[in-house]
Parts: sequence; structure tokens; C-alpha cells
Amino acid sequence: MADAEALLEPLIPALRRYAYALVRDHDAADDLVQDTLERALSRWTLRRSDCDLRAWLFTIQRNLHVSALRQDRRRGPHVELDEWTTPKAVATQESGSEVQDILAALDQLPEEQKSLLLLVGVEDLSYDDAAKVMGVPIGTVMSRLSRGRQRLRALLETGRATLLRRVK
Amino acid sequence: MTDKAFSIGEDELQAFIDDRLEGDRRAAVEAHLAAHPELAERIAAERRQRAILRSRLEAKFAEPVPARLRIANLRAARRSFRARSWTSAAAAVALFVAGATAGWFANTIAPAPLAPTPTASVAQGAHAAYRTFVVEVAHPVEVGVQQEAHLLQWLSKRLGRKLAAPDLSPFGYRLMGGRLLPGGNGAAAQLMYDDASGRRLTIYVRATEGKETAFRFQKEGEAATFAWIDQGFGFAVTATATRDELLPIAEAVYRGFEGKS
Repeated sequence: MADAEALLEPLIPALRRYAYALVRDHDAADDLVQDTLERALSRWTLRRSDCDLRAWLFTIQRNLHVSALRQDRRRGPHVELDEWTTPKAVATQESGSEVQDILAALDQLPEEQKSLLLLVGVEDLSYDDAAKVMGVPIGTVMSRLSRGRQRLRALLETGRATLLRRVK
Repeated sequence: MTDKAFSIGEDELQAFIDDRLEGDRRAAVEAHLAAHPELAERIAAERRQRAILRSRLEAKFAEPVPARLRIANLRAARRSFRARSWTSAAAAVALFVAGATAGWFANTIAPAPLAPTPTASVAQGAHAAYRTFVVEVAHPVEVGVQQEAHLLQWLSKRLGRKLAAPDLSPFGYRLMGGRLLPGGNGAAAQLMYDDASGRRLTIYVRATEGKETAFRFQKEGEAATFAWIDQGFGFAVTATATRDELLPIAEAVYRGFEGKS
């Protein structure tokens, strides 16, 4: 237990960043990180020594997030991007440049694509570790990553196109 | 170098976007992109968006960590929680020892056999099932709450007893689902609940001989169990909780099942 503090503290900023990108609310993000750390401390002795500590923490955090999503009955059924006709969240941001819109656009992706874009693209997890976090084979990681990035690009381009038309 | 030297797949393109290709593979992708301007445009856009996403989240990463997330503070909170659990666990042990000693002296001629009582054996079964499945992330339950009616009907049939899922929402727990397990001489059912923080609780039911009706409390590691026997069935409620936290839940479950056989 003595080393928990020294090992965990340097990883907290990354957990906060991933949490914030997932829930988009500063307090709720810190709640998620707190739950993650509490769970990690309570299972500290059970963690597998061959498993990367960051990957383990991201796994706990993502699982907590996914089960919270499942429990959140206020949320309606998930809308797949393909069923989209109007990109609301992106288009309604009047002053939205690509930079400001990117988290809103990311929010439109299914959770497993969103998490992968964050874990691989932002947190620099290896594809192997990302596969462990998501509990899927590496081939699935690669195809989800590819689909997620293409969807994000499509969303951002549609958003920008809408914006340009409005300016005209 | 031509495209034919290497086949460029989506995997390669993703690794290129993430700057994880080196040497020949990287050169091969660059050559492939040079020959396919439309694909090159797509990949360039996705690389740019990856960079934008990173820079968008940089400020969050640089923020100072709030006090409530300091490990020292979280551990201090855990220590006081554990100290409280230990007090009640110690009290339970003291009660048990007092009872056992009294029993021993009351029965000096023919000491009671040391085989576990039916309630203790139900508690042990429940505890083992709890430890096995509560840590399970991918498949914590066999049948999920989406099919609650089917789940209860199935478990009821296998148990030979009508099983309802008690509503534990007043305690913050929601049903996740359940599973069928081997237990005693027949089948056992486990219903799993969790709360907002992901803490899990199980209700374990199996057919049991015995007439003991008192609640039995048992704590092993972090998991606490209340077990009892009612009308030929053993019941147990297990969670990572203190005795005081678990007792009202066990009582609610007891009332939920009472007389519903």
C-alpha cells in the first residue's frame, strides 16, 4: 500500500482528462475519478503485476462510466450517427470553430469509439493496452478506431459546412 | 517503392495517424498516400483532428489536482471507514465467541458437533458466490435486468420456489440481473445489485434443511453477509458494507421474501 500514493498521483491528471472528455462536466468528472481511485485503492493488492497500472486505472474508470451510463435512465436510446439527419449539437454553436466543436462532435460517437479516440489518440495507450481496457480483440480496436475517426471527421465537416452556409 | 511492396490496410493508416509507424512501413504508407490524393486528404484531416482533440484537452490535464482526489485524503477516508467496520466485526466476533462458550458449558457432556450450521453453510455459499462474481466485469450476471421477468421465472423454476427481486432502491441499489449456481444439494440463485458508485450487493437463495430462523452475520475480508433460513430455504445478503449498513437491507429483503414461498 505504501507505494500506492507515489504510483497513483502522477496518473491523476490523465484520469481527470479522460473523465472530463467522457462526461463534459468538471464536478461529475472528478466524481468519476474519485470513484476510480477509491476502487483502485480497495483492490490495490488484487491488481495483476503484469498489467500496466495506467491501463488498469483506465479500465476501472471506463467500466464505472459505462455502468453509470447504463443506469442513467433519463437518457434515451442511443442514436447512431447513420440515423442522423441534422447535426444539432455541432451546427447550433454559432461561433463554433473546429476547435470548440471537437468535444461536442466527439460526444455524438458511440461510447466505445469515443473512448478509443481518447485512450489512443490523447492518452497514448498502446493498441494492446487499449484492447485490454475495452475488453475486445486488437482487430476490433483498429476497426473501431478507424470508424470513430471517420465519423468524427464527417461530423466536423458537416458542422463546418452548415456554418459556412449560414455565413453566406 | 510501389504500392505492391506492402499492402496498406486500415491498421496501417491508423498507426500512421497515431505516428506509430517507423522506417519501411511509414515510407510505404507515405508512398501509398502520395499515389491516392483523396485518401491522403482524409488521413491528413484525421491527423489534424487528433491534434486538435489533444490540444483541446491539454488545459484539463494541466489543472492542479483538487484536494479531494489526493491519495492521502482518499486513504484517510478509507482508514476511518475500515476502523468503523472493524469495530462492528469485532463486536460480532465477541458475540459469537460469547455464544459459543455458553453453548459449550451448557453442553459439557455431549459437545455440539462442529459441522457448520445450515445458516453458516448458506452464508459460506453466498460469500463464495459473491467473491466470484462481484469482481466480474464482463459478465457479472447471466441474465440481465432487461429480462427481469424471464430471469425470475427461470430462477424460480430451478429453485422450486417463487423468487421475486426485492426493491432495494431506498438503499441506493438497483437490480443488475442474476445467475444460477450449484448450491448444497441442488441449485442456488444469485441476484446482483449495484449502486451509483458501482458497489455491488448480492442476494443468494437455495433450498436448505434446518429450522434456524435467527439472522447470522459473518464478515470475511471486506464482504459482510447476513444469512437466515425461512421455510426450507436459506437466504443471504452480501455486500462490501458494515454490519450497520447491511442490517436494514437484510431486514428489507427478509420482509420481501417472508411468506412468499
